[in-house]
Amino acid sequence: MTDFVHPAAIFILGALPVPWLRGTIRQAYLVLIPLMAILAVMTMEPGSYGAARFIGHEVLVAKVDKLAIVFATVFTIMALIGTVYALHLTSAGQHVAAFVYVGSALGVVFAGDYLTLYLFWEGMAFASAYLVFARGSRQAIRAAFRYLMVHVTGGVVLLAGILLHGASAGSLLFGPIEGPLGLGAYLILFGFVLNAAVPPLNAWLTDAYPEATVTGAVFMSAFTTKTAVYVLARVFPGTELLVWLGTVMALYGVVYAVLENDCRRLLAYHIVSQVGYMVAGVGIGTELAVNGATSHAFAHILYKALLFMGAGAVIHVTGRRKLTELGGLYKAMPLTVALYMVGAFAISAFPFFSGFVSKSMVVAAAGQDHRALVMLALTMASSGTFLHTGLKLPYYMFFGTDRKLEAREPPGNMLVAMSMAAALCIAIGVFPGPLYALLPYPVDFEPYTGSHVTESLGILMFTALGFVLFLRALDPENTISLDTDWFYRKAARAFMWFAERPLARYEKAVSSVSETAALPFLHGTARAGLRLDLNAVDGAVNGIARSILDGGGVLRRLQTGVVTHYALAMIAGVIAATAVFAVVWQ
Amino acid sequence: MIKRIVDFFGDEEHARQRRRLFYLVLVLIVIADFLVPREHAEYPWERLPGWSAVYGFVSCVLLIFVSKFLGHQGGLMRREDYYD
Repeated sequence: MTDFVHPAAIFILGALPVPWLRGTIRQAYLVLIPLMAILAVMTMEPGSYGAARFIGHEVLVAKVDKLAIVFATVFTIMALIGTVYALHLTSAGQHVAAFVYVGSALGVVFAGDYLTLYLFWEGMAFASAYLVFARGSRQAIRAAFRYLMVHVTGGVVLLAGILLHGASAGSLLFGPIEGPLGLGAYLILFGFVLNAAVPPLNAWLTDAYPEATVTGAVFMSAFTTKTAVYVLARVFPGTELLVWLGTVMALYGVVYAVLENDCRRLLAYHIVSQVGYMVAGVGIGTELAVNGATSHAFAHILYKALLFMGAGAVIHVTGRRKLTELGGLYKAMPLTVALYMVGAFAISAFPFFSGFVSKSMVVAAAGQDHRALVMLALTMASSGTFLHTGLKLPYYMFFGTDRKLEAREPPGNMLVAMSMAAALCIAIGVFPGPLYALLPYPVDFEPYTGSHVTESLGILMFTALGFVLFLRALDPENTISLDTDWFYRKAARAFMWFAERPLARYEKAVSSVSETAALPFLHGTARAGLRLDLNAVDGAVNGIARSILDGGGVLRRLQTGVVTHYALAMIAGVIAATAVFAVVWQ
Repeated sequence: MIKRIVDFFGDEEHARQRRRLFYLVLVLIVIADFLVPREHAEYPWERLPGWSAVYGFVSCVLLIFVSKFLGHQGGLMRREDYYD
């Protein structure tokens, strides 16, 4: 066994001492941990590590191959950037949660079996939820509970899928599912696409990310959806369904982005759109397509984080998040504008920026696979990407109407983190070689051909022409948009109301029976000369009535509508399911 | 330097220059699209010079108006206190 240090262990164990460190020592320590992880990833050798048997099944804690290394590389680099961006925070909680979150994501990336995967999968959900809770506002806490609720549900479905698949395949080792997909495979797929935010399972992302803390959202934008892309690429490459889901997704996010007024929610919808390219790439499943999906995930993590950092910097200095309330900041924060625009050019796939060398691979793969419709839809989505992240958002946030806001450049550590991401966005765009060398399959693809450059520029600059001509139609409006979270935010409330009404009526009926019918009857029989102790009977009946009332109260309390209780019940359910699993499987 | 570039895109006094530069870029792109060699055109539209400019513009306009239509007429956009 060569020397292999699990990067997940570096982050998760490394998070433990953080609360006890202070000041500069803590800051140095926080930067050191991701650096060590980057080193660990760079020096690791492909192979299998930590094989063991657990409850009668093969467990493989870490399986290292090229696909895993690409994702681990970008995850650890991103962890470093995110940590630098968050360095000014004085409370330890968010640092610890972020490290556990990154560690869990890396745990998923290296997982060699489904049990390990599941364990880290849930770790990611809980650690990331903390980054939403940490904002502390009522709105954020509610969003965090909804986030947790969706992910715990997805986790239970995933676990059910793992159990069924394990029973039929006889092995829990993590790898491509061959042959026709069974029920277990579909449940696993459901769990995965939920985390990839594929519509209609996308609303948790756009609901929660904009409510997270400024620094937390940067981490969240990078890890959950991209681990989902990774596991999809591992288990379901070439699944036709994913091609269409991904294509729809790419356009879905763009359409919603037109309507959005919250700056980080607009960016969140663009995560949905961009992950659509990756999901479609995985679905196409050819070597070029999987390479494209992987490299796009790599580039996406960096530019998306940069965009979230830019929007976060604006929220940090102005305290405002709505486009209708922002504008005219370019005078006060030119560096932020410039750095944000690097991210915007990268996501829009301008030549010499990272998106250009990765996105075009997915589109070319669709073309090579004779999928003209997919190719056209993805090209249309990239027009929308530039329209929103490259034109609408910066225009209304930094230029546009001057709202006379007091603003300045954000703290130095934020600018440093943004510069790191921006430098990588440009470096990857100019020198795609090193990224291509990391990819799982050999690359035979040249992004910089004359026709490809003019074609991309044509799409992008004429999108800009449309923006200039129809600027007024794009003015942000003070609204929120309905998405599929409506079903658990509004419809669930109607369900609760429905459930409470009959219960309340039943309770009332019981008590009125005991008071109007039972009592006079008993009084009458008592008065008729049966020598019963009136007080005893009365007391007993009242006691029963009271206990029925109390019972009704208990029942009512069970359905408080307080999300905390439901979340707790679900967590208990997961633990119970895990326990049952551990016992039954022997 | 960065500040001057950002100011160029923000300040009102450069509006004319900005517009001229923008139109110049558009024209140059279309001209370039006519000049580049196209050996690997797999689909008919890939052989049409200027196709991407048209497609980009049409996509942009479609996305704006279809989305706004869905938002206003389709009822996707609601008041901010909708969920409260």
